[in-house]
Amino acid sequence: MLHVNDVRKSYPTAEGLVSVLAGVSLDLDAGQSLALTGESGSGKSTLLHLVAGLDAVDGGTISVAGTALEGLDDKGRAELRRDRIGLVFQQFNLIPSLDVGANLAFQARLAGRHDRGWSTHLAEALGLAGLLNRYPEQLSGGQQQRVAIGRALAARPALILADEPTGNLDEASGDAVMGLMLGLVAKAGASLLMVTHSERLAARLDRRLHLRAGRLSDRVQP
Amino acid sequence: MIRASLAALLSHWWRHPLQLAMLLAGLALATGLWSGVQAINAEARAAYTRAETVLGQDQLDRIVATDGRLTVARFAELRQAGWPVSPLLEGRRAGLRILGVEPLTLPRAAAVPGMPMLGSDDLGEFLAGRLVLVAPETLDRPGVAEALAGLKPQAAPDLPPMTVLADIAAAETLLGARGEVTALLIDPGRPLPGPLPSGLERRVAVADQGLARLTDSFHLNLTAFGFLAFAVGIFIVHAAIGLAFEQRRPMFRTLRALGVPARTLGGLVLAELLGFALIAGLFGVGLGYGVAAALLPDVAATLGGLYGAAVPGVLELRAGWIVAGLGMAVAGTLAAAGQGLWQVWRLPPLASATPRAWAVAAGATRRLQALCGLGLLTLAGGALGFGSGLWAGFAVLAGLLLGAALVLPGLMALVLAAAGARARARGVLSQWFWADARQQLPGLSLALMALLLALAANVGVGTMVGSFRATFTGWLDQRLASELYLTAETPAEAARLREWLEPRVLAVLPIVSTETNLLGQPGDIYGIADHATYRDHWPLLSALPEVWEAVARGEAALINEQLSRRAGLGLGAVLDLPGGALPVAGVYSDYGNPSPQAIIGLEAFGTRFPEVQVLRFALRLPATEVEALATILRAEFGLRETAIVDQAGIKAFSLRVFERTFAVTGALNTLTLAVAALAMLASLVTLSASRLPQLAPVWAMGLTQAGLAGLDLARTVMLALLTAVAALPLGLALAWVLLAVVNVEAFGWRLPMQAFPGDWLWLFAAAGLAGGLAALWPAVTLMRRRPADLLRVFANER
Ligand SMILES: Nc1ncnc2c1ncn2[C@@H]1O[C@H](COP(=O)(O)OP(=O)(O)O)[C@@H](O)[C@H]1O
Ligand SMILES: [Mg+2]
Repeated sequence: MLHVNDVRKSYPTAEGLVSVLAGVSLDLDAGQSLALTGESGSGKSTLLHLVAGLDAVDGGTISVAGTALEGLDDKGRAELRRDRIGLVFQQFNLIPSLDVGANLAFQARLAGRHDRGWSTHLAEALGLAGLLNRYPEQLSGGQQQRVAIGRALAARPALILADEPTGNLDEASGDAVMGLMLGLVAKAGASLLMVTHSERLAARLDRRLHLRAGRLSDRVQP
Repeated sequence: MIRASLAALLSHWWRHPLQLAMLLAGLALATGLWSGVQAINAEARAAYTRAETVLGQDQLDRIVATDGRLTVARFAELRQAGWPVSPLLEGRRAGLRILGVEPLTLPRAAAVPGMPMLGSDDLGEFLAGRLVLVAPETLDRPGVAEALAGLKPQAAPDLPPMTVLADIAAAETLLGARGEVTALLIDPGRPLPGPLPSGLERRVAVADQGLARLTDSFHLNLTAFGFLAFAVGIFIVHAAIGLAFEQRRPMFRTLRALGVPARTLGGLVLAELLGFALIAGLFGVGLGYGVAAALLPDVAATLGGLYGAAVPGVLELRAGWIVAGLGMAVAGTLAAAGQGLWQVWRLPPLASATPRAWAVAAGATRRLQALCGLGLLTLAGGALGFGSGLWAGFAVLAGLLLGAALVLPGLMALVLAAAGARARARGVLSQWFWADARQQLPGLSLALMALLLALAANVGVGTMVGSFRATFTGWLDQRLASELYLTAETPAEAARLREWLEPRVLAVLPIVSTETNLLGQPGDIYGIADHATYRDHWPLLSALPEVWEAVARGEAALINEQLSRRAGLGLGAVLDLPGGALPVAGVYSDYGNPSPQAIIGLEAFGTRFPEVQVLRFALRLPATEVEALATILRAEFGLRETAIVDQAGIKAFSLRVFERTFAVTGALNTLTLAVAALAMLASLVTLSASRLPQLAPVWAMGLTQAGLAGLDLARTVMLALLTAVAALPLGLALAWVLLAVVNVEAFGWRLPMQAFPGDWLWLFAAAGLAGGLAALWPAVTLMRRRPADLLRVFANER
């Protein structure tokens, strides 16, 4: 489903090139969920962005649902994001000019895979049915994140990438949102790669990996 | 403390050079357009003042003969009888206005330019009739040297162009008018010895109403345009300053928290802005000088063509308008920054540091704005209904433009909402396209208002010029119905010509005219033959039945629209004319002529003005024979080139004058449009920072950067085109007010308005182009953005 092989990425800074990912490899099967942990600044988001085709690798290969990212141009990567990947960010990043209903359906309609029944189910399951005509700025953080999750799932993507989806929420609503998300991801049959700080949340996923000094390990170092 | 605070404040501009450039450019452009117009105005006004103060013609009463004939002998008689008068001989020769005066008796109140400069030797030469005074630029004109052959012309900078001041004896020679005097100037400082002898009348000095009002109107028009352009520029300044204030809010707060008093902070910000205003103002004045210098030849042609007033085609840098330009720059800056300054003054030390999106005007603001706009539009309607005079006309214009600008954002929001609702079915991208446009509206509304004004001015002035041209062409067709016009040198030649022509053409129509006083203003009376040419073609606006028969019998007169409006003379009213009053039987249009005019029958004219010789003829003949006849006339009678004018030539000449007349406004229009495009660019650049969080999610969900940039470009073009849709009716209303209100007040005649749908296409093209050009750079920047910039939007630690 997802194959990441020896991926390297560095950023130019005032002190010269700083290596963030120094040869990262991982595999994720269909329907599997994986938690990615690591200290702040360890490169978790960077890895997620590379997998989503939002940025280009310096070395190594990534393939999503059988498509190799290196071979794609800008347009190809945009299509891959649109058709195969659902993204959930810590900041929610909804489209401010569209109401909740339009936000929910946005990616599915963009991909030409709008399924009214599934959308309605998502809206109801996420407790958004009464909020469809509101605008993002009129919602609480928890509500916004539920919209973002619904939006990512609406197109039934093969892979959900979530970057600290509950990082901006208090513990109670974070747990509630996480429960909803895991249930719906399972129902959609998608794979999930989720970055989180929380040991408790990481434990709820099938597997976990830890990013440190640019490399992955499956053991948490003391 | 002050130095440190100022350094902190200024560091903002160092970090945002583009913002600073935009601020300075907006201010400089606004000031430049404004002061350019002022420079043109000042220059033209100076020329009129020179023209008007010559011999204090407006200040001195004069004595004229009721029959128009006054002689040197009569002057000598009166002078001997103790009348404090001085002779004046006035006439034209080779395009020059010749003024003959008698320096020894000339009243002191008569301002004679150049005379005080003459040394005693020169004065002797002047009195001897050998030396004449001429404006320096006139000396270089072709034909002037020949016309003054045998005389010693001396440059007198204070003289109006194309005017020659000479001793009365020299003027007699130049004009071939021996012993004649045009008028006697009365010395206002001395009493008159008794009642005027019969045959003489006193003409009281009146300012030349016609010329003054006409030129005022032109200057008023230019000033209105200058102001419009200035306002458009100030929109940019407002946008730049507003952004700078918002971005510096955290800094203001920190400075206050560190102990800088609010007054000191406010004073520093004020000083900073005044500094910018002065720098940009100086640039602007320089720019204005450039604009004016580039446009001035056109302006000179314009005034010369329209009003017969000569303006020297050179520009002097005047201290007055430098100061005025700087003043406008400062005033504009303060107006644009007022709100921000007020906030800095009142800022509590612990104010929130989060920059509120500076332009996100809530719906409530927009509604309030729209209400104000509707109020202004109502006021404009009121001024139209109940006001009178030129200023009421301009009040209507101001209310109309400002009101429409204020209503625009509200109207656009409604349209975009409606379009968005319809687009929902067509796909998610088009739905987002409209919704996003609506969200951008607050940030762009100032720029769109500027664009609206610029476009409306374009339509308005274009319609006015077009109506002018079309009406004028049609009118010339009517007025110059004859194919050929001839002018003979002498009555004998005229008689010979007539005899020769009569069997060779369809008709020979004599035209006679004389300058005279019509109801207190200098005007012309024409005598015309009784002929179908006039019956069929003359541009009568209104007439009594049997008008031509009555005129032919000498029982009625025709008057031009100017005379009819100014004197309130309608059909049937009685018009005072030399040699007896006549009823008015018809009113005709007489565009571009500032003076009153009357037409009477040829015979009646001969009886009233027996001294006027018939020298001009209009010839009717088949158009195909015109050229052949003109050639024969030149060969057989040795007629000069200028003595034969064919109708097509006059038309071409007249049209050329009108084209040039509005070249100035055309240039100003284009500049204003460019400034509006710059205002849009400024707003878009300003907005682009806050755009990223709106665009990045769409990008993440599967659109390319190029696709997003294309949509952004299309969105701006669409907004510009929508603005053009609003600008069209506004511009037409503007034109209507100019033609039907302002023109009547200023020129004395009303111009029928015509629509030019072809020009509207150009309007939309210009709007789209302005929007596209303004959006191009932000779009390219967006396309070229590194993904890392977009990813920062998603970064957790912001
Ligand atoms: N565009 C960029 N330019 C320079 N450095 C970057 C950029 N993006 C991320 N970094 C650096 O890369 C490292 C990893 O960042 P990130 O992937 O966001 O970490 P995490 O998500 O694990 O907190 C950080 O040190 C960060 O400063
Ligand atoms: Mg991160």
